[in-house]
Amino acid sequence: MDLLEYQGKQLFARHGIPVPDGRPARTVDEAVAAAKEVGFPCAIKAQVKIGGRGKAGGIKIASDEGEARTHSAAILGMDIKGFTVHEIWIEAASQIESEYYASIVFDRGAKAPLIMLSTQGGMDIEEVADTNPGAIATLHVDPLLGFQDFHGRRLAFDAGVDADLVRPVGAFLHQLYGTFVAEEALLVEVNPLIVTPERTVAALDAKVTLDDNSLFRHPDNANLRDPSDEDPQEQMAHERGLTYVKLDGDIGILGNGAGLVMSTLDVVAHYGGAPANFLDAGGGSKAEAITSAVEVILSDEKVKAVLFNIFGGITRGDEVANGLIEAFKTLKPSVPFVVRLDGTNDVEGRKILADANLPNVTTAATMDEAAQKVVALAKGEVPA
Amino acid sequence: MSVLIDNDTKLVVSGITGREGTFHALNNRRYGTNVVAGVTPGKAGQDVEGIPVFNTFRDAVTNTGANVAMVFVPPRFAADSILEAADAGIPLVIAITEGIPAHDELRVYTHLQRTGTRLVGPNCPGILSPGKANVGIIPASFFKEGNVGVVSRSGTLTYQIGNTLAQAGFGNSSIVGIGGDPVPGSSFIDIIELFQADDQTELIVLSGEIGGDAEERAADYIAENVTKPVVAYIAGFTAPPGKTMGHAGAIVSGSKGTAAAKAEALESKGVRVGRTPTEVADIAMDILGK
Repeated sequence: MDLLEYQGKQLFARHGIPVPDGRPARTVDEAVAAAKEVGFPCAIKAQVKIGGRGKAGGIKIASDEGEARTHSAAILGMDIKGFTVHEIWIEAASQIESEYYASIVFDRGAKAPLIMLSTQGGMDIEEVADTNPGAIATLHVDPLLGFQDFHGRRLAFDAGVDADLVRPVGAFLHQLYGTFVAEEALLVEVNPLIVTPERTVAALDAKVTLDDNSLFRHPDNANLRDPSDEDPQEQMAHERGLTYVKLDGDIGILGNGAGLVMSTLDVVAHYGGAPANFLDAGGGSKAEAITSAVEVILSDEKVKAVLFNIFGGITRGDEVANGLIEAFKTLKPSVPFVVRLDGTNDVEGRKILADANLPNVTTAATMDEAAQKVVALAKGEVPA
Repeated sequence: MSVLIDNDTKLVVSGITGREGTFHALNNRRYGTNVVAGVTPGKAGQDVEGIPVFNTFRDAVTNTGANVAMVFVPPRFAADSILEAADAGIPLVIAITEGIPAHDELRVYTHLQRTGTRLVGPNCPGILSPGKANVGIIPASFFKEGNVGVVSRSGTLTYQIGNTLAQAGFGNSSIVGIGGDPVPGSSFIDIIELFQADDQTELIVLSGEIGGDAEERAADYIAENVTKPVVAYIAGFTAPPGKTMGHAGAIVSGSKGTAAAKAEALESKGVRVGRTPTEVADIAMDILGK
C-alpha cells in the first residue's frame, strides 16, 4: 500500500523524524484555515500517488490568505497524470540551502534493506541514478543487526556530505531505518531531504510503501487505505476478498492461482486476444467466491467473452462447476463463457456442467484450446 | 533418487489440528509419506487419526525423529513456527502459508542462513517426489515418477506444466514449489544445484514469473554450473507495471522484473524458453528425444 505524502510525513513525525509543520485539507476553506495556522508563506501541495506533481503545477507557495485561497482552489480537483487531486497538504514553507536524497528499499535480491544517500537530491534524482550512479552512496543493513551509527557515518562520508552535517544526516538515517522496520515498510524515500540555513535537516517530501501482509499488526496504517483511489472493479473485488487487476482488453479471465492466471493472460494474448482483467479466485475456490468473481468480471462493460481456466489442487472442479451454475442463475450473463476444468474432481465438474446445459457455455480440454475458443468468441466468430 | 524428500522423510506437521492442516497431512500420508508427528501448542497427547500431536517441535523430534517439517499455520504465527522447527534442529522446513509479512520473512531468511536448516517456501505448494513422498498440497495423482525435475514459483502453474509434460509421456524426479513471495527461503539456484547433482534428473524445468531478479540470477548460475538441459517458462508477459499479480512477489517495478527481460536473460545463456506451457513440453520432448 502506497501512502500519500502527508500520511508518510505523519508517520515520520511519530518516529521523531523532522518534518515541516503542516495540515491536510479537502476543501478550500479547510485549506485557508490550515494556512493561517501554519503561517505564511506556506506551501500548498497536491496529494497524489504519482511523481512529477511539482512540474505539473501541483505545488504552489502562498504568501497570504488570498493566495492560499486561489492556489488551493486551483489545485483541488486538478488532474495530474490521470490522478484527481482530492486532498492537499498545507505546510510551513522551508528555507532550503541544499537538497539531499535518502531512501531505504526492501531489496529482495540481496535480501536486506538497502539504504541510499546522495547530496544531489531534488527533482532529477532518477537522472543522477542513470548518469552518475557514483553520486549515490549505498549500503545494505543486516536485518538481524539493524542500523548502527557507523552505517550513518559511512554513508554520509561516501556521499560527500558536508563535515558538519555528517552527524545530523546519520541520525536522520537512523530514524528513517527505525521507521522502515517499525512500520514494516517496503520503501521509505525522502526527496528532497533538505538542509536549512541553520544547518539542520528535514524531510520535505515522503514516499512510503507499506507491506499489505503486515497490516494486521498496524491497524492505524490499515485505516489509511483509500478505496476511492482504486478502480471500481478492483474495489469491488477487494471487498469480496478476490485478487483482481483491471486490464484494457475485452476477454474476462478467471483462474485459480496467481501463476496460472498470469499464464492464462499470456496464452490468450499469444492467440491474438486481449485480456480484460487478472482474477485469481484463489485456492479452494468455493461456489460463493465463483459467483462473486463472475459478478466482478461482468461489471466491466467491455467484456465480450469470459474464460474460466481451472487447474484444481486445493480447488475442486465440482465446486467450481456448481459455483458457475449458481452464478448463471443469479447473474444471467449475456456474454459467452469458455470453461476449462482440470485437476482435482475435474471429471465430476465437467459432468455437472454438461448436465446443467448452461446457455452460452463452451468447454475445452486444454488451456490452448480454451484460449483459442475464447479469442474467437470475443471477435464474434464461432470457434472451430 | 529425487531431491529433498523421499522414502526416508519423516514428516512433522505444524498446524495439524487445523482444518487444512488435518486434510493435507492425511492426504500426504495416504500418498505414502511417513507422517510421524504433528505440533499444536496445548494439544500434546491428542492424535490426528493415529498421528501423535506434541506441544513443541523439540518434543516431536525427540519422540519421533522427525526430519522434515511442514508449516501450515496462519501468517501471523508462521515465522515463529519456522524458527521453532529450525531451533529443534530439523534440516528441512516446507512452509505452505501464504501472506507472511515481508519483514518476518527477511528475519527468518537471514537467521536460517546461519543455521543448518533449509526453508522451502513460504507461499508454496510444497514438494512432490512421485512414487516416494508428497509434502504439501500438490495433487499427486497427475504426476508419475520420471526424469524431469521441476522448480517453480507458482503452484497451479506447476500443475499445469507438470500435467502437460505428463500428457507428453514425461514423469518427474521431484517437483519443488519455491513459492511466490519476495523472500523465498530457497531460490531457483538452490534447487537447480540439487537437480544437477541428482542421478534421476535428466532435464530441469524452471517455471518463473515477473518480479525480482531470481530468474536472471538462475540464468547466470546455469551457464556456469549446470550441464543438464534446462527449459524455462516465464509467466506475466502481459502484466502491467506497478501491479501485484496475485503473488506478493509478482510485480514489475518500473522497467525491472519484466517477463521479457527474464526470458531474454535465460535465452542469452542458452536456456530455451517456452512461450506457453504446451511449448515447454514440446521443447522437453525435443531435447529428450521422445
